[in-house]
Amino acid sequence: MTTSQQALLVDGLTVGFDAGAPPVIDGLGFSVARRETLAIVGESGSGKTLTGRALMGILPRGARLLGGRALYRPGDGGPEVDLLALRRSALRRLCGGRIAMVFQEPMSALSPLHTVGAQVAEVLALHTDLPAAAIHARCLATFAEVGFPDPERAWRAYPFELSGGLRQRAMIAMAVVAEPDILIADEPTTALDVTTQAQVLDLLKTLQRRHGQSLILITHDLGVVASMADRVVVLRQGRLMEAGPVADVLAAPGHAYTRALVAAAPHLPEGASAGRSAADPILQVEGLNKTFPARRAGFFGQRSGTAIAAVRDVSFTLHRGQTLAIVGESGSGKSTVARLLLRAEIADPGAQVVFRGRDGAAVDVAALGGAGLKAFRARVQLVFQDPFSALSPRMRIAEILSEPLAIHGRLNARARRDRAAELLRQVGLSAEHLGRYPHAFSGGQRQRIAIARALALDPELLICDEPTSALDASVQLQILDLFKRLRDELGLSYIFISHDLAVVADLADHVAVMRAGRIVEQGPVAALFHDPVHPYTRALIAASPEPDPGKRLDLAAVARGAGAPQDWPAPFGYRDDTAPPLTEIAPAHFVRLAA
Amino acid sequence: MLGYFVRRVWTMIWTLAVVSVLVFIIVNLPPGDILSNQIAQLRASGEAASVARAEFLMREFALDRPMWQQYLIWVGFWPGPHGFSGLLQGDLGWSFELNRPVSAIVGEALWLTLALNFFTVLFVYLVALPLGAVAAVKANSWIDYLATFIGYVGLATPNFLLALILYHYGAHWFGLPVGGMMSADFLDKPLSLAKLGDILLHLIVPVIVIGTAGMAGMVRRLRANLLDELGKPYVTTALAKGSPSGRAVVRYPLRMALNPFVADIGNLLPSLVSGSVLVSLVMGLQTIGPILLSALRSQDYFLSGFILMFVSLLTLVGMLISDLLLAWLDPRIRYSGRAR
Repeated sequence: MTTSQQALLVDGLTVGFDAGAPPVIDGLGFSVARRETLAIVGESGSGKTLTGRALMGILPRGARLLGGRALYRPGDGGPEVDLLALRRSALRRLCGGRIAMVFQEPMSALSPLHTVGAQVAEVLALHTDLPAAAIHARCLATFAEVGFPDPERAWRAYPFELSGGLRQRAMIAMAVVAEPDILIADEPTTALDVTTQAQVLDLLKTLQRRHGQSLILITHDLGVVASMADRVVVLRQGRLMEAGPVADVLAAPGHAYTRALVAAAPHLPEGASAGRSAADPILQVEGLNKTFPARRAGFFGQRSGTAIAAVRDVSFTLHRGQTLAIVGESGSGKSTVARLLLRAEIADPGAQVVFRGRDGAAVDVAALGGAGLKAFRARVQLVFQDPFSALSPRMRIAEILSEPLAIHGRLNARARRDRAAELLRQVGLSAEHLGRYPHAFSGGQRQRIAIARALALDPELLICDEPTSALDASVQLQILDLFKRLRDELGLSYIFISHDLAVVADLADHVAVMRAGRIVEQGPVAALFHDPVHPYTRALIAASPEPDPGKRLDLAAVARGAGAPQDWPAPFGYRDDTAPPLTEIAPAHFVRLAA
Repeated sequence: MLGYFVRRVWTMIWTLAVVSVLVFIIVNLPPGDILSNQIAQLRASGEAASVARAEFLMREFALDRPMWQQYLIWVGFWPGPHGFSGLLQGDLGWSFELNRPVSAIVGEALWLTLALNFFTVLFVYLVALPLGAVAAVKANSWIDYLATFIGYVGLATPNFLLALILYHYGAHWFGLPVGGMMSADFLDKPLSLAKLGDILLHLIVPVIVIGTAGMAGMVRRLRANLLDELGKPYVTTALAKGSPSGRAVVRYPLRMALNPFVADIGNLLPSLVSGSVLVSLVMGLQTIGPILLSALRSQDYFLSGFILMFVSLLTLVGMLISDLLLAWLDPRIRYSGRAR
């Protein structure tokens, strides 16, 4: 039985795929009170997403409900029902109306062929008897409430015309338009930038406060949990590990698994970590620009639209054995910088990129061609974000690791195999994995293989493009440790690209924060975290959720810096292409501000 | 949308111009067509009247002019012996084999071809859409296997064999007419309601015979497409909204899966026309297929040239229709040229 204060009581929920295999959710039980936020936390494969789907009756093909109850007590005082025992038609009347869901990837979770208005209005058409005009009016009111600047435009817009943040707002509008009792949000901000994430989380919180919903927040991010939830349920492999008030669970985790999760969550640094000093530049970049021409379109193939300035005036020096982190949100130009450094793209004329190898000879990267470029690429290697698509599924690990050696004509076949085994040992795997294919490995293991592949040619500089973004927090921590160990053992230098300041805090010596193609602040890691000057840097720091309920997100700071450059306060703001120069405000600490 | 339409029509006109050059070159390429044979014979006879007649024919059909002028006269951009009189002006030329104007030969066949194609396309879509959709939604059930079986039989059975079987059992069980596009009583009669009904009755078997292979292929494609779409997150969203599963399928994934389906209209039309030549012969259909065949064999170049142009036009119009439908169905296509 639920008490009148409880909105949902789940008991013994069991879901399985095959009859013989062990269930993926095993006897899970929890309850959600009215107006409460319950976080369901777990790593990938823990069954947290299936839990939400089981409640809504939308389990994926092949998954079957094997047992359990989910008692739901409607907010309007209606009789208690068991969601898991309801007939399909009866459950349908509740889903979308009384219980609604927000999904992770708003681009694919919204139909590309229907306007946002039509998709949101459908909810009301299905669950209310309102006439079309009233539905329209209520949708517009909801659009305004979830923060669309122009609700009428949102009504007519197609999902692909909206930014990621607005798309997720449309998704939220769809979920709340019928004023549900329970909102299930499945990783609602995982696909978003940090600053957008902070704003969307704030929106969910505000809506909940205003309408008194219960919120079930499914996430892998303890930082999000700390700033959002009242109570938390920790899942591992379909079993409940620990449950309780957020403050208790995060401050004093009772279960060893929870302790490991809390330890693995990225923290912003507390004390000043001394940047290691060195004065042996391996890479000097001066005045790097990249302009993508407008695409050809129109009646006679004339160029339409304006050219896109992807990278503007990027300069930095990386010293041997050090790590430069380039941090920025999607579209800031950080990945383009990586491609320019590797000569995968040609920079605009005038850029100076000088690479100085162990042999001491300086190489002008922009002028390289043919054999020189091939030799340069052996010394600078790239680690990609997604280890699932970066490894060919049709090649064995041995082939993947020895292919770079073969391309560069190094070693004979036997020696290559020995080298491949050595590489695997370096990244913490064993030689017996050589004969397997990538699909046999987990995400973390694949990223280790990808790193081993990058190390095959004995490079001096690794460019890592969001190498841990696709991984669980505990795996991320292991990979970051691996990067640190390899740096110290092999004397590597890194350029580490990330959208998350907290991830780079421990690894980087210098940090460059990019926004709209420009570096807005650049300096030693200690200076950047303890004395951030630029409003955008401050917004990034304020938006990083930390697994500490005492530190909630500072939304005022996010709002000040997350906007476009022209919205920044003086002396930081600028319009169009008239950016102020980088100014040195402390030794090696540069900020883009008008003098 | 209007700009898109104008752009598409403009492309279509250019394509048609290029096609007309190709068609003209191809039908004129092989030596020994009817007219030059006639002229050669007349000249060889040596009689003054015959030579004069040969000279007349040369002038009448502009054979004395350079090739590029002949082309322009044929299309109607250049004054011929009788002023501007080409395809554009509605003068389709002269059939030397049948000694009648091309327009008189193809006149009725043209309309019958259009009707046959229209109903075949209609049949293909009306059968393939529900069959493919049901096969995907109920994948790996008996109904899916049945649709697959029908599809394979349709693809594997030669059309003429299917024609014979259907004629036999159609006539036996339903009293359907055998062969031809209309009963003998209505041949060369003006169009009347009775004649229309008669034509429709005669169309049933040919439409099924010609359409089955295309229909079977389309069922397979639609099933595969829809099966992909059914796994997409936006379908889950629709279900999470509380939308009944039938409604969710029709409103969201089916519309997405329709794109290749619609794009097929343009490909379907030419394959129907050229693919139905043999069937038309077997079934005695008075469409342009058999006429094209005999015109090509006898190198009756005005006739074959016009029919080839007509088939090209049919294809291009089909492409245009499918492009416009796609743009109407899919906002991503509609807005692709627009700055966002």
